[in-house]
Amino acid sequence: MIKTGAQILWECLEQQGVTTVFGYPGGAILPAYDALKYSNIHHVLVRHEQGAAHMADGYARASGRVGVAIATSGPGATNLVTGIATAMLDSSPIVCITGQVGSKLIGSDAFQETDITGVTLPVTKHNYLVTHASEVAQTISEAFYVAKSGRPGPVLVDITKDAQQSTCEFDGKPVEPQLKGYRPDLSPTPEEYKQALELIQTAKRPVILAGHGIILSGAMDEVRAFAEKANIPVGMTLLGLGGFPASHPLNLGMMGMHGEAWLNTTIQEADLLIAFGMRFDDRVTGNLKTYAPHAKKIHVEIDRGEINKNVKVDVALIGDLKAVLRELLPHLKTLEHHEWIAHIDRLKGDSAVRDIQNLPDNGHLYAAHVINDLWHETRDGDTIIVTDVGQHQMWEAQYYKHEKPRSLITSGGLGTMGFALPAAIGAKAARPEADVWVVVGDGGFQMTMAELATMVQEKLKVNIAIINNGYLGMIRQWQEFFYERNYEASPILSPDFVKLGDAFGIRSVAVTQRAQVVPTVETAREHKGPILIDFQVEREDSVYPMVAAGASLHEMIRRPNPLIETGADA
Amino acid sequence: MRKPMLNTFVVYVENKPGVLTRVASLFRRRAFNIDSLTVGRTERPEVSRMTIVVDADRDQAMRVEANLYKLVNVLLVENVTGKPAICRDLAIIKVAASQSDRSPLLDIFNVFRARVVDFAVDSLTVEITGGEEKIDRLLEVLQPYGILEMVRTGVVAMRRGAKSEEASAAVANATGSGANGAATIAADDSSISYSV
Repeated sequence: MIKTGAQILWECLEQQGVTTVFGYPGGAILPAYDALKYSNIHHVLVRHEQGAAHMADGYARASGRVGVAIATSGPGATNLVTGIATAMLDSSPIVCITGQVGSKLIGSDAFQETDITGVTLPVTKHNYLVTHASEVAQTISEAFYVAKSGRPGPVLVDITKDAQQSTCEFDGKPVEPQLKGYRPDLSPTPEEYKQALELIQTAKRPVILAGHGIILSGAMDEVRAFAEKANIPVGMTLLGLGGFPASHPLNLGMMGMHGEAWLNTTIQEADLLIAFGMRFDDRVTGNLKTYAPHAKKIHVEIDRGEINKNVKVDVALIGDLKAVLRELLPHLKTLEHHEWIAHIDRLKGDSAVRDIQNLPDNGHLYAAHVINDLWHETRDGDTIIVTDVGQHQMWEAQYYKHEKPRSLITSGGLGTMGFALPAAIGAKAARPEADVWVVVGDGGFQMTMAELATMVQEKLKVNIAIINNGYLGMIRQWQEFFYERNYEASPILSPDFVKLGDAFGIRSVAVTQRAQVVPTVETAREHKGPILIDFQVEREDSVYPMVAAGASLHEMIRRPNPLIETGADA
Repeated sequence: MRKPMLNTFVVYVENKPGVLTRVASLFRRRAFNIDSLTVGRTERPEVSRMTIVVDADRDQAMRVEANLYKLVNVLLVENVTGKPAICRDLAIIKVAASQSDRSPLLDIFNVFRARVVDFAVDSLTVEITGGEEKIDRLLEVLQPYGILEMVRTGVVAMRRGAKSEEASAAVANATGSGANGAATIAADDSSISYSV
């Protein structure tokens, strides 16, 4: 049958299982929008293309399926870039489809022309320029395959207006990707497995470092079986949270810059690090020169470009984590590390005393309390928390105890402000049965709050918890610690969020006392529609512990003991 | 200053538009130091071949290879450093030549097996092919006479002996790829050959 490129596009998306796309129309993509009438795919109209990319990302992270964003040429396409870079650094499988000016006009600086394949080259896993209808089916097939296979990532497909309008024969049969050089399916050699097992079985002080790869690979059961059989404690990266249950006795919580003090110390004292699907990011390692100085390192990782990039490892097992662990598990002996675990427990005890939860009620509302109470109220349900970047994100990671994979969605690698609200909309579209909560700062929320209208138009029930301290909180904290409290450009004025929410037709409420937190969260859960809660928290609280940029992982700025309230860095 | 550690990679890539940009962008983004990069056609029209010389220690060289493989259009990467290989650079050199200098210059060219390609009143132009060191040496010797102009292609390399099975497989696999009939535009890429 003869079809236009635009018709073929939607048919191919349907073949890939796409049911929802997030986009914004414009001149160069209009032929594609016109052909939407032939398709059952639901289009979500965003308010800014950055929102479309974040929604596709949130959709992908909530469901494991590929998220799709659509934009026009020029400004539409460039507005996607922040969202694409976010997906790139957090290995999120999304496909972005952009309209491009007619192929004859390319290079002429035509109206709304941008070389978007050139612009996105360093922030996509791969990208394509399609100039004829006959290329559409092959390209979409490859784009989805590249996005979701191996280490997932964003793929951009730029389709010229004439490619959408021109026609070719299309029989509707799925097309196989033709990617000769692309090999996402590597696996370690028997010798490498043997070396890894030897290190594991002789280690006295081992720690597992569990990253996003667990969730991407679906290796939750295998990681748990491995940790339990070998009795090795597990530290989590930010994006790993949920990949190993928080309540598990071997779980040591989050590592790194704002990680648990006992875990950072444990890593520095360890004699073996076993990294599962993580990339030794600088926020995780602190100063590389002094990082885990006594430890041998095993790195299980699907992306060979990550091996020896930041931390030199002794054994690299390059492959899919789930497959590698299935290979390792039968050969792994049951191990005990009583002394080591007892030692870590003592470290834990020393730290717990500093917990802000021990602070007697002084009438102030602390963000940590809000998160803790939110966790308490929502932990039994199918809950997804979506965070932005900054203080609230770190408090969420510390105080919300994630038991299940895909229950936390956050911008880790790129640290994108404005990510949370659109990503949550995408997550809710992917998993309508889940209880979706946005936890966001007053600064980040204002970056993309226009998407409230998208949320309302789509009738999506998303609960929004603004952690409002009147500052760009993490900036203020750095200024307090490292710039002599020179609070330059960090105080931020916000609109009346309750009135703002009302204007969008969203039930909205402000909370200033801890006693109001639980009842408000309960109300939110019972309320049928979306709700916005403005938590007006302590203005100048800081996230502890903190490893200053460039400091060693064990050199942490600690919270002054809240019981003693000396203010000294004990 | 640290002495450069030069690694020579032979990289087989799909002959498609933009592949050179992808490779160059990778080196820029990861801050790998390119000494020279050449690209040209191979025995198969759908495969291009690059020779990339990179200043990198052993670990960095491994990362260069790993990152090249992350590019979807890269078919095979061979690090030929320290392996039996033919590495050749081509230079065209225009040297000032007064009448009295001509004779000694011609002697020098003879020793270096450089071929005179242009003979003008006050200059001589020669082409020379060889390892980089040989060309460096010739330039050194010509320096006192006055080098007016010089251009080098950058190294191209090929392993000695029969073609490796890997390379044969990688190149053979690429046959018939590219459903998008882009081969004509791709010629733009493959005809570029330069040093950076």
